[in-house]
Amino acid sequence: MEIDLSFLRDKATEIRRRNLTMLARARIGHTGGDLSVTDILTVLYFAVLKVDPQNPDWPERDRLILSKGHCSGALYTTLAVRGFFPIQELDSFAQPLSRLGGHPNRVKVPGVETNTGPLGHGLPVAVGAALAARLQQAGWRVFAITGDGELQEGSNWEAAMCAAHQRLDNLAVVVDRNGLQQGDTTEATNRLEPLAEKWRAFGWSVREVNGHDHSQLLDAFHYLPFESGRPSCLIAHTHKGQGVSFIRDQVGWHHRTPSEAELALALEELGEVRDG
Amino acid sequence: MAEKFDCRDAFTRTLEEMAAEEPRLVVVANDSIGSSKLGGFARKFPGRLVNVGIAEQNMVGVAAGLANGGLLPFVCAASCFLTGRALEQIKVDAAYSNANIKLCGMASGVAYGEMGPTHHSLEDLAWTRAIAGMTVIVPADPQETEQATRAVARYAGPVFLRLSRMPVPAVHPPAYRFEIGKAACLKGGDDLAIMANGTMVTVALQAAEQLESEGIHARVLNLSTIRPLDEETILCAARQAGKIITLEEHTIYGGLGGAVAEVVVQHCPVPMRILGFPGVFAPTGSAEFLLQHFHLTPEGVRLAAHQLLNQRLPDT
Repeated sequence: MEIDLSFLRDKATEIRRRNLTMLARARIGHTGGDLSVTDILTVLYFAVLKVDPQNPDWPERDRLILSKGHCSGALYTTLAVRGFFPIQELDSFAQPLSRLGGHPNRVKVPGVETNTGPLGHGLPVAVGAALAARLQQAGWRVFAITGDGELQEGSNWEAAMCAAHQRLDNLAVVVDRNGLQQGDTTEATNRLEPLAEKWRAFGWSVREVNGHDHSQLLDAFHYLPFESGRPSCLIAHTHKGQGVSFIRDQVGWHHRTPSEAELALALEELGEVRDG
Repeated sequence: MAEKFDCRDAFTRTLEEMAAEEPRLVVVANDSIGSSKLGGFARKFPGRLVNVGIAEQNMVGVAAGLANGGLLPFVCAASCFLTGRALEQIKVDAAYSNANIKLCGMASGVAYGEMGPTHHSLEDLAWTRAIAGMTVIVPADPQETEQATRAVARYAGPVFLRLSRMPVPAVHPPAYRFEIGKAACLKGGDDLAIMANGTMVTVALQAAEQLESEGIHARVLNLSTIRPLDEETILCAARQAGKIITLEEHTIYGGLGGAVAEVVVQHCPVPMRILGFPGVFAPTGSAEFLLQHFHLTPEGVRLAAHQLLNQRLPDT
C-alpha cells in the first residue's frame, strides 16, 4: 500500500493542534505524553489498523489498546479526526458529564477497547484479545501502546511472559520510549535499560525506531510480526512534548497544560495544516 | 448425618456441560487446574483452558481481553489470590470496563485452614461488593452452585462467584430455582430471622432447628446474591420477625452483615447480631477448628439468638 507521508504529517499536525487546544481549554491533561505518542497513534490509525469508525465494534477489527491511559487527549483527538465521533465533541473534554473523561472508557467512547488509567493494565488485556483471535482462528491483530515509565509495573512482565509462551505473533507492543516519567527520567527513577534486551530475554522479537519518523514507523509495522511465532516489540524512541520547543523533553510538562499565550506560541510552531 | 458435597464438583461438572454446548466458553487459570478441579475440563477441552501460570494480575487482564474478543471466560483461582492480588484488575478491567467475565474464587473463607491467614479469603466479599457494576454470588450447596454457574453464564457482565471447598449438605428442596438477586426462604418463622450464605446456610438451618425445639420460630434466608441484594425480602423479614442475625464465613467488616445492615438501618431498623470472623488474623487450625473457635456453629448461632431475644437460656 502506497502511503502518502505528507498526508500523515498533516494528520499528525492537525491532531497535535486540536489536542493542545483541547487541553488548554480544559486546563487538565497530560501534554508531554500526548505529544510523544501522537505520531505512533497517527500512523496506526491512518495507515495500519483495520478499523471501521462507523462500526467501532466490528468483531474482526484490529484492536488498539492505549495502556498509557493518561494520554487520553491524544487518543480522543486521533479517534475524532479518524471519524469515530464528531471533532466538535473534543470541546467537551473533562467537562461535567462529558463522555470524554480524563482516562478512556470503552463503555462510553467509540473506538476505546478497554478502560485504562492505572498503569500496567493494557498489555494483559491485549494478550487476552490476541489469544481470543487465535482460539477462534480470526485474523485480527492486537496492538498495545505502553509508556516507558509504565514498564516499572510488574503486570507488564507477567503479560510479556505469557505472550511469548503462547507464541502470540498477532500481538505487537509499542513502547513510547520518551525517557521521562512524572517526576524524573526513567533511568533516574527505576532504571529500564537495557530495555530491548529485557524484551528479547522475555521471548519477544524487538525493533527500535525513531517514534516520530512516520516512514520508520510504517516500515516497522509493515514487517509485523518481526518473527513468526513470537510477539513483536517496537521500541519507539520519542520525545515528551514533541513538536513544541518549550515543552519538548521537559519533565515539568507531564501534566501541565498550556496557557493561552503558550498555546498561541505552540500553534505557531506547529504550523498550519494545508487544505485538502 | 446428611451426605456432604464439595461444591467445586458441581461447578466444574456444570462448566464442562456448558462448554460442550457453548463454544465461546473458555477457562482462565493460574496454575490452579488441580485446586479448581479443572482436570476433567482440561482433558475434554484442552484448547479452551488458558493457564497463565502464577500471575493473577495478568490472569484477570487476559480474561478481559478474551471477552473483548467475543469469548466467555471463567477465571478459576483461589479466592485469596484472585481478589487480593488482582483487585485493581477486577475493578478496572472487569467492572469499570463492563467486561463479560466470571471471576470464580475457589476455597474462599477459611477453607485453607492450617495454611493460615495468607490463604484465608475473609475480605473478598467486602472488596468485590464495594465495586460498582459487580454482581457477587455465594452459593450454598451443589444444586445452587450448578444453577448459579449457569445463571452467571447467561448474564452479560462481570460476576464474582465465591465457592468453597468445605463439604456441605444439600440445603434446598429439589424444586428450588436460583435467580440472581433473589433470596431464598428455607424455613419460615416470625420470632427472628437468620440470614446466611455459602457454607453458613446449613449452620443457620441447624441452629433454627434447635431453636424450634425450644419454641423459638426462626426464619432462615439464604442470601446467595450479596450484590444486588434482595432488599425486599430482607425488609419483609425485618418487619415480620423484628430481629436479625447474619452469619457468614467472612470478616464481619463489610460482608453480608454489613450489606444487610445498610438496608435495614435505613428502612426498618431492628436489632441485629452480625456473626462472622471478628477482624483478627486467625490462629493456626483446620477450617473446622476455626469455625468452632469463632463460634460459627449451630450452638454459636443459638446463643446469639437467645441474647438477641433477651431471653434467659433454658436449662439444658
